[in-house]
Amino acid sequence: MQDLLYFGQQLINGLTIGSTYALIAIGYTMVYGIIGMINFAHGEIYMIGAYTALITITGLATLGVTWLPVILLIALICAMIVSSSMGWAVERVAYRPVRGRHRLIPLISAIGMSIFLQNYVHLAQGSRNIGFPALIEGGFQFGSSGNFQMSISWIQIVIFVTTFVCMTALSLYISRSRIGRACRAVSQDLGMANLLGIDTNRIISATFVIGAALAAVAGLLLGMYYGSVDPLFGFIAGLKAFTAAVLGGIGSIPGAMLGGLILGIAESMTSGYLSGEYKDVVSFGLLILILLFKPTGLLGKPEVEKI
Amino acid sequence: MLEVQNLSMRFGGLLAVDQVSLDVQEHEIVSIIGPNGAGKTTVFNCMSGFYKPSGGKILFRGQEIQGKPDYRISRLGLVRTFQHVRLFGRMTVVENLMVAQHRHLNTNLLSGLVATPNYRAREQKALDRASYWLERVGLMEMANREAGNLAYGQQRRLEIARCMVTEPQLLMLDEPAAGLNPAETRDLDQLIISLKEDYNVSVVLIEHDMSLVMGISDRINVISQGRPLASGTPDEIRNNDDVIKAYLGEA
Repeated sequence: MQDLLYFGQQLINGLTIGSTYALIAIGYTMVYGIIGMINFAHGEIYMIGAYTALITITGLATLGVTWLPVILLIALICAMIVSSSMGWAVERVAYRPVRGRHRLIPLISAIGMSIFLQNYVHLAQGSRNIGFPALIEGGFQFGSSGNFQMSISWIQIVIFVTTFVCMTALSLYISRSRIGRACRAVSQDLGMANLLGIDTNRIISATFVIGAALAAVAGLLLGMYYGSVDPLFGFIAGLKAFTAAVLGGIGSIPGAMLGGLILGIAESMTSGYLSGEYKDVVSFGLLILILLFKPTGLLGKPEVEKI
Repeated sequence: MLEVQNLSMRFGGLLAVDQVSLDVQEHEIVSIIGPNGAGKTTVFNCMSGFYKPSGGKILFRGQEIQGKPDYRISRLGLVRTFQHVRLFGRMTVVENLMVAQHRHLNTNLLSGLVATPNYRAREQKALDRASYWLERVGLMEMANREAGNLAYGQQRRLEIARCMVTEPQLLMLDEPAAGLNPAETRDLDQLIISLKEDYNVSVVLIEHDMSLVMGISDRINVISQGRPLASGTPDEIRNNDDVIKAYLGEA
């Protein structure tokens, strides 16, 4: 019984962290699906989302706003606006001018952008980590056995619910709305979409904006969950989310969701049964295995060379 | 409405198109024929903005369009198809027709998050036009299938429907009958004639199927080895010695 509870606890922790990976992974997978490049600055967009949320929360506290839902909502909206503008600007400045060149060129541009944003936040906010107020505290416990107590905290529940709502909204948006329809068309055949008069530049910008907005949601959630942020906050999370996107099949949105959850669970199981130090080994080991044996990922389709 | 004047296209040392001229009037079907490798598709690619021609002018309603980006040209009302089918294969048939009307729709990033009456009305209008064309090309029952799963002939017809929902003035069809069986080809020439007669669209056609070309063209331009060889009505072309030589070789 105790073993089962322990397993359940790891599963809850894994799903929590995994769903935030999935939120960030969406940004990687959408951009790859449309223009076939890896936006390595996406982790930084997420980090900036977390910082913006923190600054907003601090600002609201000094203004004397105390009602929690209002604080969270305003922080969320500010983070989404700032991250989205940043996502839009990064595409405009660093990727659009080099689009259509050799594959390596946008990649290098992306890495440069990532280094730039990281260091910009270093300068603006300092390199030490800053405490993120635990706005949502407590939780409840259930099913104790022996000396083990299974628990779920409110922040975990908030993370699940928010992620679930975002994912559902995104799926509906992509499958039903005009922009979503155009996104799918552009990802299948950009040249043809262009010929039919779709403003493909706008659609590409839209995917950057949507991905960045979701990353900002993850930034606020994970900031509260971990309790601190620093300028390197986005680096590891970005790598993990990228791994999740590849695991699920890069270019596939359901793949990113699935990949995130699998990766989160794999990590928490490793922490729970082996040692926390092995969790990165396991997740990147998983990435290598997937690349070796199923390069298209779990839900990805084999890439057909576009003519 | 369309005038191509002394068009040339050079790829390195190869002069693929050399001083080709042709014109298309309102309400007319003009064909471009010629042996394989004559440069027909290259002419198309210049007209639709895929290539920037090395020389010559292309005028559409008096406006120079040579070297303009492809999406600008298509927005003027010159829409083309390709030798191979280029549908959005993983979208449904009706979605293919809806997305082609994208630029006529309000495309704010937030529109669609909330379905405003305006959004719905425009969406409904687009859907009406899509279903009209599905009916017209006989694909109504297929509306919710994935386009990639249609039979080849159906895909060809869907491509033409997709061009038509954009309300073009001039349609450029690159070998629309390639790979079709004789019955499908007959349906296709009925469809092309109806585009001209009922929807007042001019058509430029590249085609190898001579019965199709001779049957529906108002005028024909023959190109051989990148150079213009002859032009005239189907009867004139049929009896032109140069054309017979180019196709059959010298006797």
